[in-house]
Amino acid sequence: MAETIATQTLATQTLATETLATETLRARVRWSVRSWLLIAGMWTRAIMSYRASFVLMLIANLATTSLDFVVVVLMFQHTHQLGGWTLPELGFLYGTSAFALGMANLFVGSIDALGDRIRSGTLDTVLIRPAPALAQLCAERFSLRRLGRPVQAVAVLVWSLGAVQVHWTADRVLLVPVLLISGTVIFSAVFIGGATLQFWWGEAKELQNSFTYGGATLLHYPPTVFAKELVAGVVFGVPLAFVNWLPALHILGKPDPLGLPTAFQYASPLAAALCVLAAGYAWRAGLRAYRGTGS
Amino acid sequence: MALIELDDVRRSFTIRTKAGRLRREKCEVRAVDGLTFEIGAGECVGYIGPNGAGKSTTIKMLTGILVPSSGRLRVAGVDPARERTRLAQRIGVVFGQRTTLWWDLPLRDSYELARRIYRIPDARYRANLARCVELLDLGALLDTPVRQLSLGQRMRGDLAAALLHDPQVLYLDEPTIGLDVVSKGRVREFLREVNTEQGTTVLLTTHDLTDIEQLCGRVMVIDHGRVVYDGGLGGLHAAGESERTLVVDLAEACPAIAVPGARVVKVEGPRQWLAFPAQDSAAPIVAAVAARYPLVDLSVREPAIEDVIARMYAEVAIG
Repeated sequence: MAETIATQTLATQTLATETLATETLRARVRWSVRSWLLIAGMWTRAIMSYRASFVLMLIANLATTSLDFVVVVLMFQHTHQLGGWTLPELGFLYGTSAFALGMANLFVGSIDALGDRIRSGTLDTVLIRPAPALAQLCAERFSLRRLGRPVQAVAVLVWSLGAVQVHWTADRVLLVPVLLISGTVIFSAVFIGGATLQFWWGEAKELQNSFTYGGATLLHYPPTVFAKELVAGVVFGVPLAFVNWLPALHILGKPDPLGLPTAFQYASPLAAALCVLAAGYAWRAGLRAYRGTGS
Repeated sequence: MALIELDDVRRSFTIRTKAGRLRREKCEVRAVDGLTFEIGAGECVGYIGPNGAGKSTTIKMLTGILVPSSGRLRVAGVDPARERTRLAQRIGVVFGQRTTLWWDLPLRDSYELARRIYRIPDARYRANLARCVELLDLGALLDTPVRQLSLGQRMRGDLAAALLHDPQVLYLDEPTIGLDVVSKGRVREFLREVNTEQGTTVLLTTHDLTDIEQLCGRVMVIDHGRVVYDGGLGGLHAAGESERTLVVDLAEACPAIAVPGARVVKVEGPRQWLAFPAQDSAAPIVAAVAARYPLVDLSVREPAIEDVIARMYAEVAIG
């Protein structure tokens, strides 16, 4: 009995020092990633217990998300250009936008069920675990079938990269992976920032969807077909233009309809970092409000 | 040493109610209204009260989910509101109506996840799992998907999941709700074992008073966010001004019996019910009745704890 208590005290002390160490940001990020992987792994195994259903869902996801590009292709049966952009150039916009949205949805998309969890009280079961709540919620209901969208996006992107008329300089080549990563981060931040609104306003999911799924659809088309006010809104408001429009202007050598400084075309990583900061602060404020006011 | 300390803890919620077409009125509800108590290491405390009394609000503050509006709170040396994840390592929580187990995966997988999330050292994990499996008879269930378990089996599974990391405090919210008699007995037996053998402090809320009679040395009754009783189960009778009942069978139907120290509450033919204060002896009343009436048979009924508590709630509501 005494021995049990001794080991218990020892273990508690080790944990206490561990917790102190985790106060540093790097350790906290590692802790979040580890928690995310653990929970996502559990969901993957849970879903794999219904294997046939998983395969069907993956195929269905691939097929339905592909329809977005089929619409673009059909449009080009009647025209050769849209707002001064060719079909392979639209393929580039579509591929990058759908990839970024798809990956963000894979990693953090489940956060949009936050409002339901608040209503049903299951948010509390997340808060009693010794792991960051945001990481746990993002990994909830993780499913590899969401790979359908990014997979077909990559296929369109690969085709487009071969078909566009571009003189491939080193900076243009480098900008492609940079924009894919930045775009994923920006959409992830929009998912989280939008979900955070559900702490105050339970029905905010639809608003968030209009920025994520709606925003991605907007980015399938060239900025030249939209009103300048709208384009300015997605540069300076919700900065979705940094997902693909602005870097694409440089990669594809297109004129900027807004005439912004060229620095904007390289600024996607900076915009992504700002989005992460904003989403992080919003999340902390939201969680504080929840714990401060209850449900 | 006190493991749980509350000092004038308050928690209020702002509720908006519709007043007119667009106007909304704010009103403040005090869910917890000045709680002060201590729970020592190794105690087993029943925390009871009517719905809406502030029980879950208290538990949510003790787990760090909710931040108190004011007052001081300490659990296992930690301020729950500030160090929620650190506290999580030291407490175990079981919600009777919400499982934390993974529905589609074998029971064992949920325990493996707990091992990793709580970073339980291997040797300790194996020892704790073996102990829980033995005491809760989970051996045959470890490889069964949780969705195939019965409610009682799942509750046993949840209890094990909450204890693998050796928590110092175990909170149980309605642990026996919906279970059959056999499963209830098993859960109680296990909890008694955890409390006495492991020395784990247990705080449980329940509407089943048998849980409390069989497990808790101490009962706290709360209503309207305040403690209205704190003490042993026996003391509840005195505090609740409860009465015992003497049931007498007479040879024939008689008018209401008049004896000192008791009053008739019911007459049904030759049978009469007499109520008297629970702490008084029944002997003088029986003697007085036997001396003056044709007594055939008698029995003394103890007050039901439910009635005592119900009366206590009612008094608070009036007062």
